[in-house]
Amino acid sequence: MNRKEIEEKVKEFLIEEMEIDEDKIAPDAKLKDDMGIDSLDFVDIVVIVERNFGFKIKPEEMAGVITLSDFCDYIESKVG
Amino acid sequence: MNKRVVITGMGIWSCLGTDLETVKTSLYEGKSGIGLQPERLAYGYRSGLTGIVETPVITKQMLDRHTRAGMSEEAQYAYMASRQAFTQAGIDEAYLLQNEVGCIFGNDSSAKPVIEASKIMDEKHDSAMLGYGLIFQSMNSTVNMNLSTIFHLRGINFTISAACASGSHSIGMGYMLIKQGLQEMILCGGAQETNYYSMASFDALNAFSIRMNEPTKASRPFDRDRDGLIPSGGAAALLLEDYDHAVARGAHILAEVTGYGFSSNGCGISQPSDGGCIIAMQRAMNDAGVTPDDIHYINAHATSTLQGDMYEAIALTRLFEGKRAWISSTKSMTGHECWMAGASEVVYSVIMMQNNFVAPNINFENPDEYSAKLNIAKSRIDTNVDIVLSNSFGFGGTNSALVFKNYKE
Repeated sequence: MNRKEIEEKVKEFLIEEMEIDEDKIAPDAKLKDDMGIDSLDFVDIVVIVERNFGFKIKPEEMAGVITLSDFCDYIESKVG
Repeated sequence: MNKRVVITGMGIWSCLGTDLETVKTSLYEGKSGIGLQPERLAYGYRSGLTGIVETPVITKQMLDRHTRAGMSEEAQYAYMASRQAFTQAGIDEAYLLQNEVGCIFGNDSSAKPVIEASKIMDEKHDSAMLGYGLIFQSMNSTVNMNLSTIFHLRGINFTISAACASGSHSIGMGYMLIKQGLQEMILCGGAQETNYYSMASFDALNAFSIRMNEPTKASRPFDRDRDGLIPSGGAAALLLEDYDHAVARGAHILAEVTGYGFSSNGCGISQPSDGGCIIAMQRAMNDAGVTPDDIHYINAHATSTLQGDMYEAIALTRLFEGKRAWISSTKSMTGHECWMAGASEVVYSVIMMQNNFVAPNINFENPDEYSAKLNIAKSRIDTNVDIVLSNSFGFGGTNSALVFKNYKE
Protein backbone atom coordinates (compact mmCIF):
# COMPACT_ATOMS: atom_id res chain seq x y z
CA MET A 1 0.00 0.00 0.00
CA ASN A 2 1.50 3.33 -1.04
CA ARG A 3 1.38 6.60 0.85
CA LYS A 4 -1.43 8.04 -1.25
CA GLU A 5 -3.63 5.01 -0.69
CA ILE A 6 -2.96 5.20 3.07
CA GLU A 7 -3.88 8.90 3.20
CA GLU A 8 -7.08 8.31 1.22
CA LYS A 9 -8.15 5.43 3.43
CA VAL A 10 -7.42 7.37 6.63
CA LYS A 11 -9.31 10.40 5.35
CA GLU A 12 -12.24 8.19 4.41
CA PHE A 13 -12.61 6.61 7.84
CA LEU A 14 -12.10 9.93 9.63
CA ILE A 15 -15.03 11.35 7.68
CA GLU A 16 -17.28 8.30 7.46
CA GLU A 17 -16.73 6.54 10.76
CA MET A 18 -15.32 9.22 13.07
CA GLU A 19 -17.63 11.89 11.61
CA ILE A 20 -14.92 14.55 11.49
CA ASP A 21 -15.68 17.54 9.28
CA GLU A 22 -13.77 17.31 6.01
CA ASP A 23 -12.52 20.88 6.33
CA LYS A 24 -10.70 19.97 9.55
CA ILE A 25 -8.69 17.26 7.83
CA ALA A 26 -5.22 18.42 6.69
CA PRO A 27 -1.74 16.84 6.90
CA ASP A 28 -0.55 19.25 9.58
CA ALA A 29 -3.82 19.17 11.57
CA LYS A 30 -3.35 17.92 15.13
CA LEU A 31 -5.40 14.81 15.86
CA LYS A 32 -6.40 15.93 19.34
CA ASP A 33 -6.44 19.72 19.26
CA ASP A 34 -7.62 20.37 15.69
CA MET A 35 -9.74 17.33 14.89
CA GLY A 36 -11.06 16.69 18.41
CA ILE A 37 -10.04 13.03 18.50
CA ASP A 38 -10.00 11.96 22.15
CA SER A 39 -8.94 8.83 24.02
CA LEU A 40 -12.36 7.21 23.53
CA ASP A 41 -12.13 7.79 19.77
CA PHE A 42 -8.77 6.03 19.84
CA VAL A 43 -10.43 2.92 21.28
CA ASP A 44 -12.44 2.73 18.06
CA ILE A 45 -9.53 3.83 15.84
CA VAL A 46 -7.55 0.77 17.00
CA VAL A 47 -10.39 -1.43 15.68
CA ILE A 48 -10.75 0.53 12.43
CA VAL A 49 -7.01 0.45 11.70
CA GLU A 50 -6.87 -3.29 12.30
CA ARG A 51 -9.77 -3.78 9.91
CA ASN A 52 -8.37 -1.50 7.21
CA PHE A 53 -4.63 -2.07 7.50
CA GLY A 54 -4.33 -5.45 9.19
CA PHE A 55 -2.23 -4.53 12.23
CA LYS A 56 -2.91 -3.52 15.81
CA ILE A 57 -1.83 -0.09 17.04
CA LYS A 58 0.43 -0.25 20.09
CA PRO A 59 -0.25 2.74 22.36
CA GLU A 60 3.45 3.11 23.24
CA GLU A 61 4.28 3.58 19.55
CA MET A 62 1.80 6.45 19.29
CA ALA A 63 3.64 8.73 21.73
CA GLY A 64 5.17 10.88 18.98
CA VAL A 65 2.08 10.92 16.78
CA ILE A 66 0.63 14.44 16.96
CA THR A 67 -0.57 15.36 13.46
CA LEU A 68 -2.43 13.53 10.74
CA SER A 69 0.80 13.35 8.78
CA ASP A 70 2.53 11.70 11.79
CA PHE A 71 -0.33 9.19 11.93
CA CYS A 72 0.02 8.33 8.25
CA ASP A 73 3.82 8.01 8.73
CA TYR A 74 3.16 5.51 11.53
CA ILE A 75 0.76 3.45 9.42
CA GLU A 76 3.19 3.58 6.47
CA SER A 77 5.97 2.26 8.74
CA LYS A 78 3.78 -0.76 9.46
CA VAL A 79 2.29 -1.51 6.04
CA GLY A 80 4.21 0.53 3.51
CA MET B 1 -48.53 14.62 53.29
CA ASN B 2 -48.66 12.46 50.18
CA LYS B 3 -48.33 14.19 46.84
CA ARG B 4 -50.62 13.48 43.91
CA VAL B 5 -48.84 11.99 40.89
CA VAL B 6 -49.85 12.79 37.33
CA ILE B 7 -48.73 11.90 33.82
CA THR B 8 -47.86 14.97 31.74
CA GLY B 9 -46.09 13.40 28.77
CA MET B 10 -46.06 10.11 26.87
CA GLY B 11 -44.08 8.62 24.02
CA ILE B 12 -44.27 5.33 22.19
CA TRP B 13 -42.20 3.37 19.68
CA SER B 14 -43.98 0.09 19.02
CA CYS B 15 -45.24 -2.28 16.36
CA LEU B 16 -48.54 -0.36 16.48
CA GLY B 17 -46.85 2.88 15.44
CA THR B 18 -44.08 5.28 16.32
CA ASP B 19 -46.19 8.21 17.46
CA LEU B 20 -49.23 8.51 19.72
CA GLU B 21 -51.66 9.37 16.93
CA THR B 22 -50.78 6.34 14.80
CA VAL B 23 -50.93 4.07 17.85
CA LYS B 24 -54.34 5.49 18.74
CA THR B 25 -55.62 4.58 15.27
CA SER B 26 -54.15 1.05 15.51
CA LEU B 27 -55.77 0.49 18.91
CA TYR B 28 -59.08 1.94 17.73
CA GLU B 29 -59.14 -0.21 14.60
CA GLY B 30 -57.83 -3.35 16.30
CA LYS B 31 -54.83 -3.53 13.98
CA SER B 32 -52.17 -6.14 14.65
CA GLY B 33 -48.46 -5.28 14.54
CA ILE B 34 -47.35 -8.92 14.23
CA GLY B 35 -45.52 -10.31 11.22
CA LEU B 36 -43.28 -13.13 10.08
CA GLN B 37 -39.51 -12.64 10.05
CA PRO B 38 -38.05 -15.54 8.00
CA GLU B 39 -34.50 -14.86 9.27
CA ARG B 40 -35.62 -16.12 12.69
CA LEU B 41 -36.38 -19.50 11.16
CA ALA B 42 -33.04 -19.49 9.33
CA TYR B 43 -31.32 -18.68 12.65
CA GLY B 44 -32.98 -21.71 14.21
CA TYR B 45 -36.11 -20.47 15.92
CA ARG B 46 -39.17 -22.69 16.14
CA SER B 47 -41.33 -19.61 15.43
CA GLY B 48 -40.60 -16.78 13.01
CA LEU B 49 -43.36 -14.55 14.39
CA THR B 50 -42.52 -11.20 15.99
CA GLY B 51 -43.81 -7.69 16.42
CA ILE B 52 -42.49 -5.68 13.47
CA VAL B 53 -40.93 -2.54 14.95
CA GLU B 54 -39.54 0.26 12.78
CA THR B 55 -35.81 0.89 13.19
CA PRO B 56 -35.23 4.41 14.54
CA VAL B 57 -33.10 6.73 12.42
CA ILE B 58 -30.88 8.68 14.80
CA THR B 59 -28.68 11.05 12.84
CA LYS B 60 -25.44 12.78 13.79
CA GLN B 61 -27.44 16.00 13.91
CA MET B 62 -29.54 14.48 16.71
CA LEU B 63 -26.76 12.83 18.75
CA ASP B 64 -22.98 12.80 18.40
CA ARG B 65 -20.95 9.72 17.48
CA HIS B 66 -19.84 8.90 21.01
CA THR B 67 -23.40 8.91 22.27
CA ARG B 68 -24.74 6.84 19.40
CA ALA B 69 -21.91 4.30 19.75
CA GLY B 70 -23.08 3.51 23.28
CA MET B 71 -26.74 3.07 22.43
CA SER B 72 -28.22 -0.41 22.30
CA GLU B 73 -31.25 -1.10 20.15
CA GLU B 74 -33.58 -0.72 23.13
CA ALA B 75 -31.87 2.52 24.19
CA GLN B 76 -32.55 3.88 20.71
CA TYR B 77 -36.22 2.98 21.00
CA ALA B 78 -36.34 4.56 24.47
CA TYR B 79 -34.64 7.73 23.24
CA MET B 80 -37.24 8.17 20.49
CA ALA B 81 -40.13 7.55 22.91
CA SER B 82 -38.64 9.87 25.56
CA ARG B 83 -38.24 12.72 23.07
CA GLN B 84 -41.95 12.46 22.39
CA ALA B 85 -42.79 12.39 26.11
CA PHE B 86 -40.71 15.48 26.91
CA THR B 87 -42.13 17.33 23.91
CA GLN B 88 -45.71 16.52 24.89
CA ALA B 89 -45.00 17.64 28.46
CA GLY B 90 -43.49 20.92 27.27
CA ILE B 91 -40.09 20.11 28.76
CA ASP B 92 -37.17 21.43 26.73
CA GLU B 93 -33.39 21.21 27.15
CA ALA B 94 -33.24 24.50 29.06
CA TYR B 95 -35.67 23.09 31.65
CA LEU B 96 -33.68 19.87 31.97
CA LEU B 97 -30.44 21.79 32.50
CA GLN B 98 -31.97 23.86 35.28
CA ASN B 99 -34.15 21.32 37.11
CA GLU B 100 -33.71 17.91 38.68
CA VAL B 101 -35.51 15.17 36.74
CA GLY B 102 -35.20 11.46 37.53
CA CYS B 103 -35.17 8.39 35.31
CA ILE B 104 -36.43 4.87 36.08
CA PHE B 105 -36.76 2.53 33.12
CA GLY B 106 -37.61 -1.13 32.91
CA ASN B 107 -35.21 -3.30 30.94
CA ASP B 108 -34.10 -6.87 31.53
CA SER B 109 -31.69 -7.81 28.75
CA SER B 110 -29.35 -6.50 26.11
CA ALA B 111 -28.47 -9.64 24.23
CA LYS B 112 -27.22 -8.38 20.89
CA PRO B 113 -24.13 -6.41 22.02
CA VAL B 114 -23.19 -9.23 24.42
CA ILE B 115 -23.34 -11.78 21.61
CA GLU B 116 -21.52 -9.48 19.18
CA ALA B 117 -18.74 -8.95 21.72
CA SER B 118 -18.53 -12.68 22.29
CA LYS B 119 -18.20 -13.34 18.53
CA ILE B 120 -15.38 -10.79 18.23
CA MET B 121 -13.56 -12.26 21.23
CA ASP B 122 -13.90 -15.79 19.86
CA GLU B 123 -12.40 -14.65 16.55
CA LYS B 124 -9.76 -12.12 17.64
CA HIS B 125 -8.96 -13.11 21.24
CA ASP B 126 -8.22 -9.45 21.89
CA SER B 127 -10.49 -7.13 23.87
CA ALA B 128 -8.98 -4.11 22.06
CA MET B 129 -10.99 -5.22 19.01
CA LEU B 130 -14.31 -4.60 20.80
CA GLY B 131 -14.20 -0.82 20.44
CA TYR B 132 -15.72 1.86 22.60
CA GLY B 133 -19.47 1.41 22.63
CA LEU B 134 -20.28 -2.22 23.42
CA ILE B 135 -19.90 -1.95 27.19
CA PHE B 136 -22.52 0.82 27.36
CA GLN B 137 -24.85 -1.23 25.16
CA SER B 138 -24.37 -4.49 27.04
CA MET B 139 -25.63 -3.78 30.52
CA ASN B 140 -29.25 -4.01 31.61
CA SER B 141 -28.95 -0.35 32.63
CA THR B 142 -28.09 0.65 29.03
CA VAL B 143 -31.38 2.52 28.67
CA ASN B 144 -31.00 4.47 31.90
CA MET B 145 -27.35 5.35 31.34
CA ASN B 146 -28.08 6.63 27.84
CA LEU B 147 -31.26 8.59 28.65
CA SER B 148 -29.81 10.18 31.77
CA THR B 149 -26.74 11.45 29.92
CA ILE B 150 -28.54 12.53 26.74
CA PHE B 151 -31.29 14.43 28.57
CA HIS B 152 -29.07 15.75 31.44
CA LEU B 153 -31.17 13.92 34.06
CA ARG B 154 -29.84 14.46 37.59
CA GLY B 155 -32.44 12.90 39.85
CA ILE B 156 -33.11 9.28 40.77
CA ASN B 157 -31.43 7.02 38.20
CA PHE B 158 -31.72 3.24 38.15
CA THR B 159 -33.11 0.39 36.10
CA ILE B 160 -35.86 -2.01 37.05
CA SER B 161 -35.15 -5.57 35.92
CA ALA B 162 -38.27 -7.51 36.80
CA ALA B 163 -38.85 -9.66 33.72
CA CYS B 164 -42.16 -8.90 31.99
CA ALA B 165 -43.28 -6.65 34.85
CA SER B 166 -40.25 -4.32 34.51
CA GLY B 167 -42.07 -1.46 32.78
CA SER B 168 -44.97 -1.54 35.24
CA HIS B 169 -42.73 -1.58 38.32
CA SER B 170 -40.78 1.38 36.87
CA ILE B 171 -43.97 3.45 36.91
CA GLY B 172 -44.81 2.12 40.38
CA MET B 173 -41.40 3.16 41.69
CA GLY B 174 -41.60 6.58 40.05
CA TYR B 175 -45.08 7.04 41.48
CA MET B 176 -43.90 6.18 45.01
CA LEU B 177 -40.92 8.55 44.90
CA ILE B 178 -43.03 11.47 43.71
CA LYS B 179 -45.87 10.62 46.10
CA GLN B 180 -43.39 10.81 48.99
CA GLY B 181 -42.15 14.21 47.83
CA LEU B 182 -38.66 12.97 46.97
CA GLN B 183 -38.82 13.91 43.29
CA GLU B 184 -40.92 16.35 41.27
CA MET B 185 -40.54 14.73 37.88
CA ILE B 186 -39.37 11.28 36.75
CA LEU B 187 -39.06 9.84 33.26
CA CYS B 188 -40.40 6.28 33.55
CA GLY B 189 -40.93 3.60 30.97
CA GLY B 190 -39.88 0.31 29.53
CA ALA B 191 -37.78 -0.84 26.60
CA GLN B 192 -37.42 -4.15 24.80
CA GLU B 193 -34.98 -5.23 22.09
CA THR B 194 -36.49 -7.05 19.10
CA ASN B 195 -33.40 -8.48 17.39
CA TYR B 196 -33.40 -12.21 16.85
CA TYR B 197 -30.49 -12.82 19.23
CA SER B 198 -32.59 -11.71 22.15
CA MET B 199 -35.38 -14.28 22.20
CA ALA B 200 -33.88 -17.61 21.08
CA SER B 201 -33.75 -18.96 24.63
CA PHE B 202 -37.38 -17.95 25.17
CA ASP B 203 -38.29 -19.67 21.88
CA ALA B 204 -36.61 -22.76 23.32
CA LEU B 205 -39.42 -23.09 25.87
CA ASN B 206 -41.95 -23.72 23.06
CA ALA B 207 -43.77 -20.69 24.43
CA PHE B 208 -44.13 -18.90 21.08
CA SER B 209 -47.06 -19.26 18.70
CA ILE B 210 -46.31 -21.12 15.47
CA ARG B 211 -49.43 -19.92 13.66
CA MET B 212 -47.09 -18.58 10.99
CA ASN B 213 -49.61 -18.82 8.16
CA GLU B 214 -51.74 -16.18 9.93
CA PRO B 215 -49.41 -13.77 11.77
CA THR B 216 -52.09 -11.24 12.67
CA LYS B 217 -54.26 -13.98 14.17
CA ALA B 218 -51.45 -15.62 16.13
CA SER B 219 -51.72 -13.59 19.33
CA ARG B 220 -55.04 -14.61 20.89
CA PRO B 221 -55.05 -13.99 24.64
CA PHE B 222 -57.87 -15.77 26.48
CA ASP B 223 -58.96 -17.58 23.29
CA ARG B 224 -59.47 -21.32 23.43
CA ASP B 225 -57.37 -21.88 20.31
CA ARG B 226 -54.25 -19.92 21.28
CA ASP B 227 -50.92 -21.67 20.87
CA GLY B 228 -48.47 -19.28 22.50
CA LEU B 229 -47.21 -15.71 22.67
CA ILE B 230 -45.40 -13.61 20.08
CA PRO B 231 -42.30 -11.68 21.14
CA SER B 232 -42.36 -7.97 20.41
CA GLY B 233 -40.76 -4.77 21.66
CA GLY B 234 -39.87 -1.12 21.27
CA ALA B 235 -40.18 1.42 24.05
CA ALA B 236 -42.70 3.46 25.97
CA ALA B 237 -41.94 6.57 28.02
CA LEU B 238 -44.08 8.42 30.53
CA LEU B 239 -43.25 11.61 32.35
CA LEU B 240 -44.57 11.35 35.91
CA GLU B 241 -44.89 14.60 37.79
CA ASP B 242 -45.96 15.99 41.13
CA TYR B 243 -49.48 17.36 40.57
CA ASP B 244 -48.77 20.73 42.24
CA HIS B 245 -45.61 21.12 40.18
CA ALA B 246 -47.48 20.33 36.98
CA VAL B 247 -50.23 22.83 37.79
CA ALA B 248 -47.72 25.53 38.75
CA ARG B 249 -45.94 25.30 35.41
CA GLY B 250 -49.23 25.13 33.48
CA ALA B 251 -48.69 21.59 32.18
CA HIS B 252 -51.46 19.69 30.44
CA ILE B 253 -52.30 16.72 32.66
CA LEU B 254 -53.09 13.49 30.82
CA ALA B 255 -53.97 11.16 33.72
CA GLU B 256 -53.35 10.59 37.41
CA VAL B 257 -51.56 7.55 38.83
CA THR B 258 -53.40 6.61 42.00
CA GLY B 259 -52.34 3.08 42.94
CA TYR B 260 -49.47 0.63 42.76
CA GLY B 261 -49.60 -2.95 43.93
CA PHE B 262 -46.96 -5.66 43.89
CA SER B 263 -46.39 -9.21 45.03
CA SER B 264 -44.17 -12.20 44.45
CA ASN B 265 -45.47 -15.72 43.93
CA GLY B 266 -42.61 -17.46 45.70
CA CYS B 267 -43.07 -20.64 43.70
CA GLY B 268 -41.83 -22.03 40.34
CA ILE B 269 -39.68 -19.81 38.14
CA SER B 270 -42.11 -19.89 35.20
CA GLN B 271 -45.20 -20.69 37.25
CA PRO B 272 -47.95 -18.03 37.37
CA SER B 273 -50.17 -17.75 40.42
CA ASP B 274 -53.75 -16.54 40.74
CA GLY B 275 -53.07 -15.70 44.37
CA GLY B 276 -50.08 -13.53 43.50
CA CYS B 277 -52.07 -11.69 40.81
CA ILE B 278 -54.88 -11.01 43.26
CA ILE B 279 -52.57 -9.60 45.94
CA ALA B 280 -51.01 -7.18 43.44
CA MET B 281 -54.36 -6.05 42.04
CA GLN B 282 -56.00 -5.72 45.47
CA ARG B 283 -53.02 -3.80 46.83
CA ALA B 284 -53.13 -1.37 43.88
CA MET B 285 -56.86 -0.81 44.34
CA ASN B 286 -56.46 -0.31 48.10
CA ASP B 287 -53.72 2.24 47.46
CA ALA B 288 -55.99 4.06 44.99
CA GLY B 289 -58.95 3.93 47.37
CA VAL B 290 -61.15 2.12 44.84
CA THR B 291 -63.00 -1.20 44.73
CA PRO B 292 -63.57 -3.59 41.79
CA ASP B 293 -66.92 -1.81 41.23
CA ASP B 294 -65.08 1.41 40.39
CA ILE B 295 -62.82 0.01 37.65
CA HIS B 296 -63.96 0.75 34.09
CA TYR B 297 -61.25 -1.10 32.19
CA ILE B 298 -58.61 -3.71 32.93
CA ASN B 299 -55.62 -3.96 30.64
CA ALA B 300 -54.82 -7.62 31.28
CA HIS B 301 -51.33 -9.04 31.24
CA ALA B 302 -52.59 -12.05 29.25
CA THR B 303 -49.91 -13.01 26.75
CA SER B 304 -51.67 -15.78 24.82
CA THR B 305 -50.16 -18.70 26.70
CA LEU B 306 -52.39 -21.36 28.21
CA GLN B 307 -50.96 -21.23 31.74
CA GLY B 308 -50.54 -17.46 32.07
CA ASP B 309 -53.95 -16.62 30.66
CA MET B 310 -55.62 -19.26 32.82
CA TYR B 311 -54.19 -18.06 36.13
CA GLU B 312 -54.95 -14.42 35.33
CA ALA B 313 -58.49 -15.36 34.26
CA ILE B 314 -59.02 -17.18 37.57
CA ALA B 315 -57.74 -14.12 39.46
CA LEU B 316 -59.84 -11.69 37.42
CA THR B 317 -62.94 -13.84 37.90
CA ARG B 318 -62.42 -13.84 41.67
CA LEU B 319 -62.26 -10.05 41.79
CA PHE B 320 -64.35 -8.90 38.85
CA GLU B 321 -67.03 -11.50 38.00
CA GLY B 322 -70.31 -9.65 37.61
CA LYS B 323 -68.60 -6.24 37.66
CA ARG B 324 -68.81 -3.71 34.85
CA ALA B 325 -65.09 -3.52 34.04
CA TRP B 326 -64.24 -4.28 30.43
CA ILE B 327 -61.17 -6.46 30.01
CA SER B 328 -58.81 -6.69 27.05
CA SER B 329 -55.24 -7.67 26.43
CA THR B 330 -53.61 -5.27 23.98
CA LYS B 331 -51.00 -8.00 23.50
CA SER B 332 -53.53 -9.45 21.05
CA MET B 333 -52.33 -6.65 18.73
CA THR B 334 -48.80 -5.93 19.94
CA GLY B 335 -47.59 -9.38 20.91
CA HIS B 336 -45.69 -9.56 24.18
CA GLU B 337 -43.58 -6.44 24.58
CA CYS B 338 -41.89 -8.07 27.59
CA TRP B 339 -39.72 -5.60 29.59
CA MET B 340 -41.56 -2.73 27.91
CA ALA B 341 -45.10 -4.08 28.22
CA GLY B 342 -46.04 -2.72 31.65
CA ALA B 343 -45.21 0.81 30.49
CA SER B 344 -46.58 0.63 26.96
CA GLU B 345 -49.86 -0.75 28.23
CA VAL B 346 -50.27 2.32 30.44
CA VAL B 347 -49.68 4.48 27.36
CA TYR B 348 -52.24 2.45 25.41
CA SER B 349 -54.76 2.71 28.25
CA VAL B 350 -54.30 6.47 28.65
CA ILE B 351 -54.87 6.82 24.89
CA MET B 352 -58.16 4.91 25.38
CA MET B 353 -59.08 7.21 28.30
CA GLN B 354 -58.48 10.30 26.25
CA ASN B 355 -60.49 9.01 23.30
CA ASN B 356 -63.34 7.21 25.07
CA PHE B 357 -62.88 3.67 23.86
CA VAL B 358 -61.76 0.27 25.03
CA ALA B 359 -59.40 -1.33 22.54
CA PRO B 360 -60.42 -4.81 21.45
CA ASN B 361 -58.91 -8.09 22.53
CA ILE B 362 -58.60 -9.14 18.89
CA ASN B 363 -58.73 -12.81 17.95
CA PHE B 364 -60.87 -13.63 20.98
CA GLU B 365 -63.27 -15.91 19.14
CA ASN B 366 -64.00 -18.72 21.59
CA PRO B 367 -63.49 -18.54 25.34
CA ASP B 368 -62.15 -21.45 27.33
CA GLU B 369 -63.69 -22.50 30.62
CA TYR B 370 -61.68 -19.85 32.52
CA SER B 371 -62.14 -16.84 30.25
CA ALA B 372 -65.85 -17.52 29.70
CA LYS B 373 -66.73 -15.70 32.92
CA LEU B 374 -64.82 -12.54 32.00
CA ASN B 375 -66.18 -9.38 30.44
CA ILE B 376 -63.72 -9.41 27.54
CA ALA B 377 -64.04 -6.77 24.81
CA LYS B 378 -64.11 -8.85 21.62
CA SER B 379 -64.38 -5.72 19.55
CA ARG B 380 -63.85 -2.03 20.29
CA ILE B 381 -66.21 -0.59 22.88
CA ASP B 382 -67.01 3.11 22.61
CA THR B 383 -67.38 4.15 26.24
CA ASN B 384 -65.97 6.43 28.90
CA VAL B 385 -62.81 5.02 30.45
CA ASP B 386 -62.13 6.85 33.69
CA ILE B 387 -60.44 4.35 36.02
CA VAL B 388 -58.05 1.70 34.72
CA LEU B 389 -56.27 -1.25 36.30
CA SER B 390 -53.23 -2.51 34.36
CA ASN B 391 -51.63 -5.86 35.16
CA SER B 392 -48.08 -7.10 34.53
CA PHE B 393 -46.65 -10.40 35.65
CA GLY B 394 -43.20 -11.84 35.06
CA PHE B 395 -40.92 -14.85 35.31
CA GLY B 396 -39.79 -15.50 38.84
CA GLY B 397 -43.27 -14.66 40.07
CA THR B 398 -42.95 -10.86 40.08
CA ASN B 399 -46.34 -9.15 39.86
CA SER B 400 -47.22 -5.49 39.39
CA ALA B 401 -50.55 -3.71 39.09
CA LEU B 402 -51.23 -0.02 38.52
CA VAL B 403 -54.39 2.02 38.92
CA PHE B 404 -54.71 5.33 37.11
CA LYS B 405 -57.59 7.61 36.39
CA ASN B 406 -58.70 10.14 33.86
CA TYR B 407 -57.81 13.66 34.87
CA LYS B 408 -60.59 16.18 34.80
CA GLU B 409 -60.02 19.85 35.59
